[in-house]
Amino acid sequence: MASLNTLVLVCLAYVALLFAVAFAADRLAAAGRSTWLRSPLIYTLSLSIYCTAWTFYGAVGYAARSGLEFVTIYLGPTLVMVGWWWGLRKLVRVGRSQRVTSIADLISSRYGKSNALAICVTLLAVTGVTPYIALQLQSITLSFSIFAEADPGSIHNETTSVFWVAAGLAVFAILFGTRNLDANERHHGVVTAVAIEAVVKLVALLGVGIFVVWGVAGGIGPMMARIDASDIGTWGVDRGRWATITFLAAAAFVCLPRMFQVMVVENDDERHLRTAAWAFPLYLLLMSLFVVPIAVVGLSLMPEGSNPDLFVLTIPLALGQEGLAMLSFLGGFSSATSMVIVAAMALSTMVSNHIVMPIWLRSRGGGLSVSGDVRSVVLMARRVSIAVIMCFGYAYYILSGGGAALASIGLIAFAGIAQILPALVGGLFWRGATRLGALAGLIVGFGLWVYTLLLPGIGGGVMSPGMLESGPFGIGWLRPQALFGIDGLDPMVHSVLWSMSLNAAAFCIVSLLDFPSPLERLQGAQFVNVFDHSAGPRGWTASVAQSEDLMIMSQRIMGAAEAQEFFHAEALAQGSRRALPDPTPAFLERLERKLSGSVGAAAAHAMISQIVGRSSVSVEDLFAVADESAQLLEYSSQLEEKSAELSRTAGKLREANDKLTQISLQKDAFLSQVSHELRTPMTSIRAFSEILRDTEGMKPEDQRRYATIIHDEATRLTRLLDDLLDLSVLESGQVTLNMSEGNLEDLLDRSVAAALTGADRALRVRRDAAAERILLRSDLDRLGQVFINLIANAQKYCDARDPVLTIRVHDAGGQLVVDFIDNGSGVPEDFHKMLFEKFARVGAEKVRGAGLGLAICREIMQRLGGDVSYLAGQDGGAFRVSLPTRHEMAAQ
Amino acid sequence: MNRRVLLIEDEPNIAEAIRFLLSRDGWQVGLHADGTDAIDQIRAERPDLVILDVMLPGRSGMDILRDLRAMEDMQDLPVLMLTARGQLRDRDMAERAGVSRFMTKPFSNAEVLTAVRDLHAQAGRA
Repeated sequence: MASLNTLVLVCLAYVALLFAVAFAADRLAAAGRSTWLRSPLIYTLSLSIYCTAWTFYGAVGYAARSGLEFVTIYLGPTLVMVGWWWGLRKLVRVGRSQRVTSIADLISSRYGKSNALAICVTLLAVTGVTPYIALQLQSITLSFSIFAEADPGSIHNETTSVFWVAAGLAVFAILFGTRNLDANERHHGVVTAVAIEAVVKLVALLGVGIFVVWGVAGGIGPMMARIDASDIGTWGVDRGRWATITFLAAAAFVCLPRMFQVMVVENDDERHLRTAAWAFPLYLLLMSLFVVPIAVVGLSLMPEGSNPDLFVLTIPLALGQEGLAMLSFLGGFSSATSMVIVAAMALSTMVSNHIVMPIWLRSRGGGLSVSGDVRSVVLMARRVSIAVIMCFGYAYYILSGGGAALASIGLIAFAGIAQILPALVGGLFWRGATRLGALAGLIVGFGLWVYTLLLPGIGGGVMSPGMLESGPFGIGWLRPQALFGIDGLDPMVHSVLWSMSLNAAAFCIVSLLDFPSPLERLQGAQFVNVFDHSAGPRGWTASVAQSEDLMIMSQRIMGAAEAQEFFHAEALAQGSRRALPDPTPAFLERLERKLSGSVGAAAAHAMISQIVGRSSVSVEDLFAVADESAQLLEYSSQLEEKSAELSRTAGKLREANDKLTQISLQKDAFLSQVSHELRTPMTSIRAFSEILRDTEGMKPEDQRRYATIIHDEATRLTRLLDDLLDLSVLESGQVTLNMSEGNLEDLLDRSVAAALTGADRALRVRRDAAAERILLRSDLDRLGQVFINLIANAQKYCDARDPVLTIRVHDAGGQLVVDFIDNGSGVPEDFHKMLFEKFARVGAEKVRGAGLGLAICREIMQRLGGDVSYLAGQDGGAFRVSLPTRHEMAAQ
Repeated sequence: MNRRVLLIEDEPNIAEAIRFLLSRDGWQVGLHADGTDAIDQIRAERPDLVILDVMLPGRSGMDILRDLRAMEDMQDLPVLMLTARGQLRDRDMAERAGVSRFMTKPFSNAEVLTAVRDLHAQAGRA
């Protein structure tokens, strides 16, 4: 009997071999001599991580329990590989052209780089894969315990061994999965190790199978007879379960993070798919070839109650084939380790890229600095993520008790991962699919899966039996395993039916209702039409014509002379005799820098990339170009705004200047008027005083007449100066009002008397004494001045033969109104407006006066809180004086 | 010698003073106080010289002068312009309109007399 210690030693030796292989492969890849590493064979073998310990050990158990149903697990991927390889090719092409790092990255990238989607897919993947990892840990421990039972001298502690297995796998994954950061996320070492493990597990299973058929059963004929005799051959086929599980296996094959990792991310050449399309189904066929014989022999050979999941191990052990048992153990070990390592790597990429890094970057204030600093943070995030994922697996194993409950977890995990399928396939083939649609589908599918399958399935009392029986809160149609009253279905079929159909429905309906953002639409087009956009596998061949193209482009941007000079200098620097330099990376870099000065960095990069053919212009490039243009636009719009502001300011200045000019013109006009009004009387005074002085023997009556003229003109001059000063004081607002009380009748009496004293023409004044008996409070002198002016005007200008002035006093709307209406021809309508302007005189009147009287009246009335206006529509000239009366009336 | 002057001035006292001065100097003085029909008056009286105020009722002296100078037979008529608006701008305007002499009020009587005599003498030589 092999001791447990030997087993541990063999394991360690095997792991050391894998380390060595992975290390060597990495070195080879780094040295660029990795052609055989990039063979389709390695690719096909690496796909075999689909076959985990669950397949290695579990398939036999599955067959022993449920007959041929286990075939569905192999049928799904086979159908995908054979019937849908063109779909896989599209997936691989998209993955390569978009440089995706994981399935979460792919989904997020397709739907406008939505991080919410990436997080959603990552959480779904972690939830689905964690139990799966626990399952692998369990298989290793179980196989250990088989050997421990056979070795009574050893002390085997299950929990500790699981811990050490988990730790060891974590170390392996960290060492080879996160050694460096490759832009393409390729890990040649890990892939090669996985390929070797694939060979080991195939050889081990075939070995056990051959031993069972030829060593135990005694050949093919007897074996077939034994199979026919057993129950396995006769067990019926549940069509619903067959279809469902085949579908799940197919979906999981495409959507599982570890499958995506090896199939898309690690893919070196999409032509490998063509080989894998027949080679991988062949591998699966070989893996399943001896499942039924082993199960049949195990059922008949092993004692009642022994675990059929471990027949692969226990049959050789029971028959004393220790070497074969060891090989079988290594096969199972390989299946488990390869799955755990790749799964941990794939998940860690998703967790660090979509959860840890965004949080870290945000905590750093959103600054995106691409430096070594970030690089080390990314690596650290990956390593910690791997450790955490392994801890999850370990914790799940411990918490679930490691019992039989784990065995069913494989299919449950498949059903969870399959929820990604609608968003993935829809994203590849339907341009109308949107981010919100994908999110809705994922959330609906994920929720239904958790509710109808995960929670009822994992046991441990997470969901009470009462809830399963009668639904939450007794709502029958919400029973987790009989939604909407659809009863009697297999729980697995029921869950997949509901979750997948509602997932797809939500995805389609929300996508149709939603309006995709520009980035989503562009990405959608890039994904759906990937074969139109991206170069094929042999797309790029270095061309001599590139330098010429670069030259032509540069001439357009930099101008012919400058471009020629630059290219010539570069050619000289390269030591080339030709006029054009070779498109070396250093030259391209300098050219790009030069061009970016003119067209912006992103545009320069995109143009050079396009010509040199390194890669086609990506959406990011286009967006960067658009961003630059947007910045330019913004800058120019800022300039426009500034210039608009300037012109607004200039407009205001012009307005202010116009106003000043107008004021200045008004002032000039006023001064000119004043000058004229002063000079006119002075002219008469001077002329006559000179006449009086110079003329001898003038007649006395002439002397008197001329002296009278001088006197009159001097009086006129004085009056004018008085008026001007009065107006100036009133206009400047420096006038002090002497408010006093008085009777309106008295005031009018005095005013009439003053206005008519010494008048050369009679004016009759008609009044209503009764209406005038009103007590006033005002500056009575100033008010009197207004009255005198108006009465004097009537006296001077009324052109009636028998001039009569009527003074009417009445109350109008809380104002005391005094109207002065004469019986003359009045003032023509054209003059009504300018009547109160300074120096306004109406028509060709002969009566003298500077024309300041009414202007002074208006100023006075405004100071007194009232007004004076021309009253149109009367028979003669009519002026209205209005005064505020409220408190005067109250005082009465 | 029958020298005739037409005085177009709306201020009666100023008109009276100038009339007195020029009559004493031997001029036959015609008076007119309105701008509107001033040109008709000039045509009717055919004076040897015109003394023209600027601010006249009805029509500005500037306009009258401009119209006058546009007439073929009135281009050489001596016009002495008197104004109370004595700004440089007014003088420029008057000179462009074709004034013979421009004087601001108030004037000295001797200046007016000299100006009238000079203008008449120049017109006689021409």
